[in-house]
Amino acid sequence: MFLTIRELVFARSRFALMGTVVALIAILMVLLSGLSVGLVDDGVSGLKKLPVTSLAFERGVAGDAAFSRSVVDLGTVDEWAERDGVTDAAPYGNTLVNAKTNGDVDIDLALFGVQPGSFIDPEPARGTRLGSDPNEIVVSATALDAGVRLGDVVTVDRVGTELTVVGVLDGQHTYGHVDIGYIPLRTWQEIRTGTAPGAQAPAHAYEEITAVAVRSASGTDLAAGDREVGTMSMTLEESFGASPGYTAETSTLQMIQVFLYAISALVVGAFFTVLTIQRKPEIAVLRAMGASTRYVLRDSLAQSLVLLTISTVLGVGIGVAAGAAISSTPMPFSLDPGSIAVAGLLLVVLGMAGAAIAVLRIVKVDPLTALGGNR
Amino acid sequence: MSAGLLLDEVTLRHGDGEDITTALDEVTLRVEEGEIVAVVGPSGAGKSSLLAVAGGLTVPDAGRVLVGDVDLSGTERDRARIRRERIGYVFQSNNLIPSLTAVDQVRLPLTFGRHDASRDPLELLAEVGMEHKAGRRPHELSGGERQRVGIARALVTRPRLLLVDEPTAALDRRRSHEVVELLAKETHHLRMATVVVTHDHDVLRHCDRVYEMADGRLKPTRPALV
Ligand SMILES: Nc1ncnc2c1ncn2[C@@H]1O[C@H](COP(=O)(O)OP(=O)(O)O)[C@@H](O)[C@H]1O
Ligand SMILES: [Mg+2]
Repeated sequence: MFLTIRELVFARSRFALMGTVVALIAILMVLLSGLSVGLVDDGVSGLKKLPVTSLAFERGVAGDAAFSRSVVDLGTVDEWAERDGVTDAAPYGNTLVNAKTNGDVDIDLALFGVQPGSFIDPEPARGTRLGSDPNEIVVSATALDAGVRLGDVVTVDRVGTELTVVGVLDGQHTYGHVDIGYIPLRTWQEIRTGTAPGAQAPAHAYEEITAVAVRSASGTDLAAGDREVGTMSMTLEESFGASPGYTAETSTLQMIQVFLYAISALVVGAFFTVLTIQRKPEIAVLRAMGASTRYVLRDSLAQSLVLLTISTVLGVGIGVAAGAAISSTPMPFSLDPGSIAVAGLLLVVLGMAGAAIAVLRIVKVDPLTALGGNR
Repeated sequence: MSAGLLLDEVTLRHGDGEDITTALDEVTLRVEEGEIVAVVGPSGAGKSSLLAVAGGLTVPDAGRVLVGDVDLSGTERDRARIRRERIGYVFQSNNLIPSLTAVDQVRLPLTFGRHDASRDPLELLAEVGMEHKAGRRPHELSGGERQRVGIARALVTRPRLLLVDEPTAALDRRRSHEVVELLAKETHHLRMATVVVTHDHDVLRHCDRVYEMADGRLKPTRPALV
């Protein structure tokens, strides 16, 4: 560390420049991580909070659009309920609608149709659960940010159904970037078929649901159930991919992150290559005076480690501060300490790999070159 | 009894094929402990090559090199250990590290490994007359000052063998005499074996013996005859 520290101080402007680049990359990583966690939350947080292990969709429906396309017969719920290992099965409906509150707030809602009292009928943090009144709705806490209040009447566009907000759930329940509202199954079935209040719903309306929500013991043979019942099961995790845009968004962000890592390794590697090449005469002198290979390696790598660690910590700090500011905007953003720690560590590790490659090429420099040109 | 330095019929060639230069041609040289030997000769005679071989920076094509009782024909790793433990090298272009202050230049060799009998860097700087510039970096020092820091750096580990390449090239007459006198004094005082390469005939009277080098061959002369 003797030389390490003195070199860092001596060439501080050069190192500061490089540190700034690394810090900027770290900031970008934190923001990307926040954005991807935020997008995931925005896309599927409501699904994650369902107490189900799998969902049985219509057989043959497109996997990435199952929630919007699938239509399953209500009767299949009982068939699933009777299968070995299945502890609960309940009808589940999913429809995206536009609505307006009596407070004149426009809001998009993901209506989850559930049988009141079934295992997926949620317990609100404020207000009451869905009851016998068909025109009730229990909304995500995030709907309050959009201007919905407990007791408001929400009118579904076009259909005209009026729903009273009787309960508010704890925390974020969103699906496809839209707040979730739980409503009674029959009401959901009417809205899905476009049946206005007081009008007669088509005969099939009350027989159709989106999927069967299933809670089963681990190791339950879902494939056998699908064969028997004629459905297509997805585990809860698999069903995320069926929510709108989820796969496209997460894979885009993942690709950006992978590129960012690759770029940072290259940038850091290139910087240390230039730096070590400039230090080559100096390293030759160290070698000529008898410094071991280990000494030279340790010195160079310690330099990289100090630079990378300080600038990554700085960058992550700034990134988290910026992220906290973004979190209070409607942008889907959520800081997850775990993924930030992984991102920071990866940045340091990849930077060290780049630096090591640069140093290894030079550490074996012939000490004779220390004698210089005018020998 | 083993000498401080022994070169035994050492031959060193550079290049290959048509383009071979024989930098050292069966050179034999013995330097006792406490003895300072000068090697003079024109540019290209092989003086730096002689020091490189004696300092274990390169392995000769033929012949033996002994520092004390240690043979320098081992691996680079072994030679690096001998260099840091037994040899002090003052380079022709003094080769200081740009980021280090004068006192840190002198401290640096002590960080390479354990040194039981090391000397105090500040005291050593004082001895070469540089204590007042201990905090200066190489770009803030004159050529002669850099040379003296380089000498202090070579002495800090109490080497058995001191190799000095053209110490007076950057110095005026008065400074040249001072530097070589200093080297002679340290050599006698610390009982090192010292080889000084120079083409400055003026300073030879401070040395115990003088060799002349031409075309890779070494032959003894007396200071008075040079
Ligand atoms: N690395 C090298 N490659 C090829 N030739 C070299 C090399 N080093 C030295 N020489 C040649 O060896 C001879 C002796 O060089 P050197 O020992 O540097 O002489 P001096 O120090 O007396 O000027 C010169 O002819 C020089 O050109
Ligand atoms: Mg020379």
